[in-house]
Amino acid sequence: MTDRFFQAQPDKQDMRDAYCDALLAAAEQNERVLSLNCDLSGSLGTGRFCAQFPERSFNLGIMEANACSMAAGLSVTGYVPFVHSFAVFSSRRMADQIFLSCAYAGLNVKIIGGDAGVSAAVNGGTHMAFEDLGVLRSIVGLRLFEPTDNVMVKALIPQLATQYGVDYIRMPRRSVVKIYDEGERFTPGEAKLLREGSDVTIIASGVLVSEALLAANALAETGIEARVLDCFTIQPLDTKCVVESARTTGCVVTAENHNIIGGLGSAVAEALGEFAPVPMERVGVKNAFGEVGSQNYLMDRFNLRAKDICGAARRVIARKNER
Amino acid sequence: MTQIDVKTRLSADIRISTIRALERAGFGHIGGSMSIADVLAVLYGGEMRVRPQEPDWPERDYLVLSKGHCGPALYAALALKGYFPMDWLDTVNQPGTRLPSHCDRLKTPGIDMTTGSLGQGISAAAGIALGLRLQGKDSRVFCILGDGELQEGQVWEAAAAAEHRKLNRLIAFVDENKRQLDGYVADICGGDPVEKFRAFGWNALRVCGWDLAAISREIHVASEQSNAPSVIVLETIKGIGCSFAERELANHYMVISKQMADEAVAEIERRLLAGVYPAGEGA
Ligand SMILES: Cc1ncc(C[n+]2csc(CCOP(=O)(O)OP(=O)(O)O)c2C)c(N)n1
Repeated sequence: MTDRFFQAQPDKQDMRDAYCDALLAAAEQNERVLSLNCDLSGSLGTGRFCAQFPERSFNLGIMEANACSMAAGLSVTGYVPFVHSFAVFSSRRMADQIFLSCAYAGLNVKIIGGDAGVSAAVNGGTHMAFEDLGVLRSIVGLRLFEPTDNVMVKALIPQLATQYGVDYIRMPRRSVVKIYDEGERFTPGEAKLLREGSDVTIIASGVLVSEALLAANALAETGIEARVLDCFTIQPLDTKCVVESARTTGCVVTAENHNIIGGLGSAVAEALGEFAPVPMERVGVKNAFGEVGSQNYLMDRFNLRAKDICGAARRVIARKNER
Repeated sequence: MTQIDVKTRLSADIRISTIRALERAGFGHIGGSMSIADVLAVLYGGEMRVRPQEPDWPERDYLVLSKGHCGPALYAALALKGYFPMDWLDTVNQPGTRLPSHCDRLKTPGIDMTTGSLGQGISAAAGIALGLRLQGKDSRVFCILGDGELQEGQVWEAAAAAEHRKLNRLIAFVDENKRQLDGYVADICGGDPVEKFRAFGWNALRVCGWDLAAISREIHVASEQSNAPSVIVLETIKGIGCSFAERELANHYMVISKQMADEAVAEIERRLLAGVYPAGEGA
């Protein structure tokens, strides 16, 4: 758990470089780990992997669908391929290949979706994945992750490399706010409790986790104690933790760098609807396409800020108290 | 003094306006924008049947920039031809802009198709050609592809479909600048585009990508074809005509300062006067 009063400090290292460190660590532990690229190794930071393991790195070119099914083929022969592209292409252009060649065929493929959501910034709406989780979430058996900071990336990637199955990992490429201390442990499928509180539960993922912690600070100043969960595994959802938190606090806000349809907010709403119907609101992109701008501008534009989480928290608390 | 004809001047103005727009944005897809400036000058310098004051004129020729990341070069051409005010170019990639980094038909007058996911534009262009044929129109559909983009399987699905349906009004260009994002096309996944398109039944040939007369001539030949689509492969250099980009191997996307832009613009004017535009003395 973090300090009661969270201070947002960006990491010195870009997340893509932390990711490459993690992939190198995984490759050192397991000689079957391979890196497949689609002409974005510069953008996604896998260049150092290629330099260190040239014979285990393949830049196939701009052919995402082919790369995904080739990865499935490599898995048939026992390799553990990591396929890299931007989140838009890793989800939308690979969707059928992820379904059939990977998941339905029962293989072991790790798919990286870079520049998730607003982190696509000036690449604009064509490159801004607000729907990747929605596209993939209903594929049977897929696990979907959104690492929160560099400490998590470095802990999680080597673990996923040792666990058989199809994983999709969405990430920003640049530096993000540091949440965890070195050495923190993470279990895929288990949300992290970052802050205790009894008035409202905030369930966040990705770059919204630090906004959620800032929101909790602000709420605490007005006497509201928020429980904050980092739900870095979007699928399978940590239903037990979500439902227990909802029962404890009586209301829930979700916060994500994704369309509120199809991602974390939807997954939590499904769990609450079935097992613990309490007032809830979803902070996220409200069914809109992306556009060009800096990440900061886009966070404001799409109302992905601590103040938006605070507003939603106050409203769900009011609804809870009306009951 | 060298006589500078109208199309050459237009290609220089497209380069200059693109460099200035990207300088104001601070960065951008400079390499691939420079290598299409000349074909854009041919198309918008008289070859395409269009009405800049009436971008949606139903009888027009269409253009799909399948390598949609090079929108800024097309925006420069459109602004210079009067589709929208030149000062829009100052807003490229700014919040709320009508000129985003990738082509968007809903935002920009004169953009016929939204692109940015490589491989899709050529299929859309084939669809436009089919639709126009169904309506009995003789309009042509032009499409500009990257040589790296040819790695997308969808390009070859489009190639097969367009040939099967004999979409002879479809005229594609491949910007054969020999580089993609991570390096040389030949090192990543290459092959001769002329041979490949010929194998798919297209009329295919290669010209120097900055020879305006040759590009015009081949467009005329392609426009007379009656039984297959055509592709004109433009052999060129990534970053051509922009001095700071020419010096940089990895020039796909660059940070651009005012000083760099000033130098590049001055060099364009110098090459024009010296009669060595756009490639310079070395080429
Ligand atoms: C489907 C898809 N995959 C990846 C990208 C990212 N991307 C943008 S440009 C580019 C390289 C394009 O190379 P090329 O087609 O040769 O264009 P040029 O060199 O002329 O700019 C890549 C990989 C994309 N836009 N679309």
